[in-house]
Amino acid sequence: MTASFQAGDRIQCAHGGRLLDGTYITERDGMVVIKLGSGYNIGVPGDCCTFVERPRPARPTPAAVEQDPSLPELSIVSTGGTIASRVDYRTGAVTSQFDADDILRAIPGLGRIARFRTRQVSTILSENMTPAIWQALARTIYEEVKDGAAGVIVTHGTDTMAYTAAAVSFMVRSPVPIVFVGSQRSADRPSSDNVMNALCSAAAAAGDLGEVAVVMHATSSDDVCAIHRATRVRKMHTSRRDAFQSIGIPPIGTVEYPSLQVRLREEAVRRGSLDPALHTDLEEKCGLLYFYPGMPASVLECFEGYEGLVLAGSGLGHVSTRWIEPLKRLIDGGTTVVMTSQCLHGRVCDRVYDTGRDLLAIGVVEGEDMLPEAALAKVMWVLARERDPEAVRRLLQTDLVGEITRCSCHGL
Amino acid sequence: MDYERLGLKAGIEIHQQLDTEQKLFCRCPTALREADERNGEFCRYLRATESEMGEIDRAAEEEMMVMRRFRYYTYDTTCLVEADEEPPAPMNPEALAVALTIARLFSMSPVPQVHTMRKLVIDGSNTSGFQRTALVAMGGLLPNGGAVETICLEEEAAQRIDDQTFSLDRLGIPLVEITTSPCLHTPEAVQETAEYIGMVLRSTGRVKRGIGTIRQDINISIRDGARVEIKGVQDLDLIAETVRREVQRQQALLAIRDELRERGARVSGEAIDVTDLFKGTRSSILKKAATILAVPLPGFAGLVGRETQPGRRLGSEMADYARKCGVGGIFHTDELPAYGITAGEVARLAAFCGAGPQDAVVLVSGTPDRAACAARQVQRRAAMALEGVPEETRRMLEGGSTAYMRPLPGAARMYPETDVFPVEISETLWRSIPLPELLTERAERFTAELGLDRTLARQIAFSEQLPLFERAVAEGCRPALACRTLVGTLRELRRSGVATERLADAQILEVLRAVEEGRVAKEAVPVVLTAVAAGQTVDAAIEQAVPPLSLRELEALVESILSDRSAFVREKGRASLGPLMGVVMREVRGRVDGKVVSEVLMKKIGQMLGE
Repeated sequence: MTASFQAGDRIQCAHGGRLLDGTYITERDGMVVIKLGSGYNIGVPGDCCTFVERPRPARPTPAAVEQDPSLPELSIVSTGGTIASRVDYRTGAVTSQFDADDILRAIPGLGRIARFRTRQVSTILSENMTPAIWQALARTIYEEVKDGAAGVIVTHGTDTMAYTAAAVSFMVRSPVPIVFVGSQRSADRPSSDNVMNALCSAAAAAGDLGEVAVVMHATSSDDVCAIHRATRVRKMHTSRRDAFQSIGIPPIGTVEYPSLQVRLREEAVRRGSLDPALHTDLEEKCGLLYFYPGMPASVLECFEGYEGLVLAGSGLGHVSTRWIEPLKRLIDGGTTVVMTSQCLHGRVCDRVYDTGRDLLAIGVVEGEDMLPEAALAKVMWVLARERDPEAVRRLLQTDLVGEITRCSCHGL
Repeated sequence: MDYERLGLKAGIEIHQQLDTEQKLFCRCPTALREADERNGEFCRYLRATESEMGEIDRAAEEEMMVMRRFRYYTYDTTCLVEADEEPPAPMNPEALAVALTIARLFSMSPVPQVHTMRKLVIDGSNTSGFQRTALVAMGGLLPNGGAVETICLEEEAAQRIDDQTFSLDRLGIPLVEITTSPCLHTPEAVQETAEYIGMVLRSTGRVKRGIGTIRQDINISIRDGARVEIKGVQDLDLIAETVRREVQRQQALLAIRDELRERGARVSGEAIDVTDLFKGTRSSILKKAATILAVPLPGFAGLVGRETQPGRRLGSEMADYARKCGVGGIFHTDELPAYGITAGEVARLAAFCGAGPQDAVVLVSGTPDRAACAARQVQRRAAMALEGVPEETRRMLEGGSTAYMRPLPGAARMYPETDVFPVEISETLWRSIPLPELLTERAERFTAELGLDRTLARQIAFSEQLPLFERAVAEGCRPALACRTLVGTLRELRRSGVATERLADAQILEVLRAVEEGRVAKEAVPVVLTAVAAGQTVDAAIEQAVPPLSLRELEALVESILSDRSAFVREKGRASLGPLMGVVMREVRGRVDGKVVSEVLMKKIGQMLGE
């Protein structure tokens, strides 16, 4: 019976009239997966396999992480994600299992940039992220900053990194860089972008930056990383290395690879510009809804009782005329409704067409040129500290941490 | 040479590209492109990662000694999968079916559940740093009693343009790797087995043809030697010679080992910095070097320069190892003074290093890091010489000699490709796989059924034109004519500069049919095909090659032939029609239908006989 095998057991399987020696890996789709001496895995029926022996595990002990005391100290706060992932050879899936020490061990070049200390907030895939973890993350980052870290690197899954980075932007004020980093290709492959992204993020975190940023590949090549403002960045591709793009503004800086030379644009907030502060309160009962033609207004019923709702409307910021009345009921019921655009590029303006005017008339707040993700984080943060509708509107339409640009630059 | 006495054991791995519509793990076509058709490029660095067992493969580790920046060319026929920017698609079922067909031809057992693995290769030839490969079947038979151990379905690597630049068009083309057991004991047996396996592969009709589409790796060892894998032997005719030269190399290395041991040779101590010693040297290489290091090798004199293969010495092997550190090569005292290094400099070097007449000194130069790395590599290879033959992967040089590439990889380089689900080979699928006729059997059938002579039958059966030949015969063309045209005429035309690649199959068939229909004589086929290759239609080419003959011209011709042979006609009477028909037909070379010729001839014979 296969139930008695453990990963690593030597077993023997009868196949094609021959006996095959191999190592038991796992059971999958009703087959026993064995690794042959050649390194190949194959699946064979379990009833043809017999146990041979159970070797003692001989995993090498990990080498100690060396630190250079003359370098500035950075803090790595890990949350999980591909940059910190390892293949689970039993299920065959990529899972987050690394802790921050493992990252240091896996990327020896980090030790030439700074000293590191590490904190672990979670080990989750980024689709499992919650506002509660954002808050725990913000507290940890703040503690690290108060504790004298010269910069904080947050390792994060790329799928929802833009949400977390935007949320942290509102929650944490920091005189030192807070740099989010991830990788698009898993760390177990020789071509992973984790090494370059990690080294560039460390260089940025040790540099002159003074705001929350996302540092990721700027191109498909291993030549330069972009430093994106956390509230203006978006994952724009499912799998490319250069998936992260600044929307509405240029990246606030670059890090060249392999020289790791950091260049900041004039607009980037510099180190030491802000005093540390922490405001972690969030109103979690907020939602984000992507409008599509024909979408029934009854969807809005799901958001009854919500404190805030961000709409990713069409074009300049529209939803169907049939939505006006139900939306009015929602707003009258106390929900703050913010309009953003699924165009992503450009500014919302509800004063051009009739529907837009109707939306304004019922109290929808124009979200300026905020990205829907940043708007969601912002509405959560704003509603946790302000309830007066006029004050809420004013705050939502004021640029707090770079989420709104004053003017839409030509060419972007 | 008595190879069996030397304990020669050899096995081969044959890599054959499959002729499928799409690549193995993406939907791109399997089309090869010219580098200047590229539409973009990008650059990457690769680094070795740990296997699932927590080890780093030794071959991969060695490739990492120098951090290399690889450049890749992209095309409008490549996608993000080749660029390692998108997860792979499921395994191409068409390619799997071809691999299973081949497995059936070798009477192998299919793997019940095929798992795709990642084989670490960080020399830049794969953008991901690994090659995807899956074991598909095991346990096959060879006619010489040997065994085919495994057949794997793999993705082809990227084509190297230069040292660090690769083209992505070839990456991902399906490939089968067929591995024999070490069951071959003479150089000729290795070559014959490669030929046989090649024949079986071509029997499927589903493999790519042409240069570079099939490559052989040979594993060789002799008694007391070591397993050496020679990569990428493209030319079948060189296989036996490559084996002979490797046996020669292993014998030479064993002899060197014995002599080193007898002399008490050793490898010890640190490399010595001799940069200052060569201040003012005339050697152009040493002049440029930031650092020059000397590696003394006590007891090695004369042996570093000893030949191991035609054109290769122990010193060449040391140089191969040193090059891994990014240096251009080495100098050693067995070949000095030379290359601008004077006898005086050699003497000073020996004195400085304390080297006596029995000792050799190797010089490496470069940046301080590279020189130190190269010196360590020279010491490493020298230490291996004391042990005999190192296990390693080697690459072919022109003529059949080889050079060191990297250590033999171990199982540590394989880990699962988690992005591709396993594929089950059910009994139903296995039984549904067609079993094509072997080309050798087909050749015999052509002899028996179509009356082709053995050589011609074999030629056409093994030719790329086989499908066209079978079509021509099925459409009623004479087998001998179709065969001669396809294997003989086309080749002759190509050799004489005709662009035969521009001839469509349909056009060749049309010409063959025209011969059968009597529209053109078979002798005119080369002329007609030449004209078609130059861009004419088949009809126009026939007309031009064979201008039609008017009835009056035909009658005149027949009359002239009859008057030359009047005695024969009178003697044979009407029976002369048959022989004369041949004579006239030769003259008109297919310009007139045979029936018309026969009528005219009969009429004129009648007239001559006064009937």
